[in-house]
Amino acid sequence: MKLVYREREWELRGGLTARAAIKKIGLDPEAVLVVRNGQLVTDDTLLHEEDEVKLIAVISGGVGGGGHSQGRLEP
Amino acid sequence: MKCKRCGEPAVINMRQHKLGLCGDHFTEWLISYTERAIEKYSMFERGDRLLLAVSGGKDSLALWDILLRLGYDVEALYIDLGIGDEQYSEQSKAKVERFAAGKEGAAYSVVNVKGTYGKSVLELAQEKRGRKVCSLCGLVKRHIMNRTAYEGGFTAVATGHNLDDEAAVLFQNALRWQTGYLARQAPVLPSTHPHLARKVKPFFRLYERETAAYAVVRGIDYIYDECPHSVGATTIFYKELLNQLEERSRGAKQQFYLSFLQARDKHGLFQQELAQLELGECEKCGQPTTAPTLCAFCRLWEVE
Ligand code: SF4
Ligand SMILES: [Zn+2]
Ligand SMILES: [Zn+2]
Repeated sequence: MKLVYREREWELRGGLTARAAIKKIGLDPEAVLVVRNGQLVTDDTLLHEEDEVKLIAVISGGVGGGGHSQGRLEP
Repeated sequence: MKCKRCGEPAVINMRQHKLGLCGDHFTEWLISYTERAIEKYSMFERGDRLLLAVSGGKDSLALWDILLRLGYDVEALYIDLGIGDEQYSEQSKAKVERFAAGKEGAAYSVVNVKGTYGKSVLELAQEKRGRKVCSLCGLVKRHIMNRTAYEGGFTAVATGHNLDDEAAVLFQNALRWQTGYLARQAPVLPSTHPHLARKVKPFFRLYERETAAYAVVRGIDYIYDECPHSVGATTIFYKELLNQLEERSRGAKQQFYLSFLQARDKHGLFQQELAQLELGECEKCGQPTTAPTLCAFCRLWEVE
């Protein structure tokens, strides 16, 4: 099966869950979403040999925090 | 995993709620969860004019989508900061334009930092060596958001901050026990000065993976690449740490943040920090400030 995350690609054998595949390539299941053959699926989904899987990173952000004052008194 | 409501395949498993849902039921759930947060925390009401800060990212576009669907009177604001060789700003602006073009009632305005003040945030950062781009960026954004809200007569400024954002900031503030910040970090910041807009974060109870999943399910085209300045940012590191914790112990992030709010708002934690600091007005722009003459934003543009 083909697994894509950002600009990287992996070729894995089918027959494991998405969660296991994510861990196998060293990512945190909490930090990605799994899109299999164009469909968003949960991480207990069993992946097959012919599947195309894309992992979407969900973490974003910098310290400016989109401009919220996060406790500062001024705007 | 099957949808708890209809038995179709689930698209997301929200373990902290013990809830797996299909695409349709997930969107329905997320919209109503957001609406309940807006109502429960008295963020704003129907009929109030709302200014939404949009970045082109998943959270702000998802929130825009939801506020429009719920029928709120919302106008978006995109701030063209000129960051990341200005390319990043261009790309993220294109996402905002694209979203608005495909959506009835999606009105927005753009403030271009360089056009308005003479320098982009990046140029400002090059000039002020020793100051982090993100801190300048945050300062500029907050000033422009507040000014736009005030001048346009908006009731409140909304942002797309989610629970992961809030938990990361809480973690950061708690690591240094910045009690003043801890006393004021909140999903609703009331206006404490006539020139200070109320600030609200309707997504504050949602995990980041949920707002991302909403954007994916709804086919919202958002800017996926990170702002180049966020690479290696400590907030991202804190988010990763908190996710590891979540992986070991379901609901840990939610508990960390929501029980903090409860300890403070119900049990008075850090309350003594709120002893009022007087807010004056900036001599140049009139915005509220604790500084004696010019506010932090106006000081940026003073020639040294
Ligand atoms: S990462 Fe930093 S520079 Fe980039 S948008 Fe966020 S606060 Fe601004
Ligand atoms: Zn369903
Ligand atoms: Zn000023």
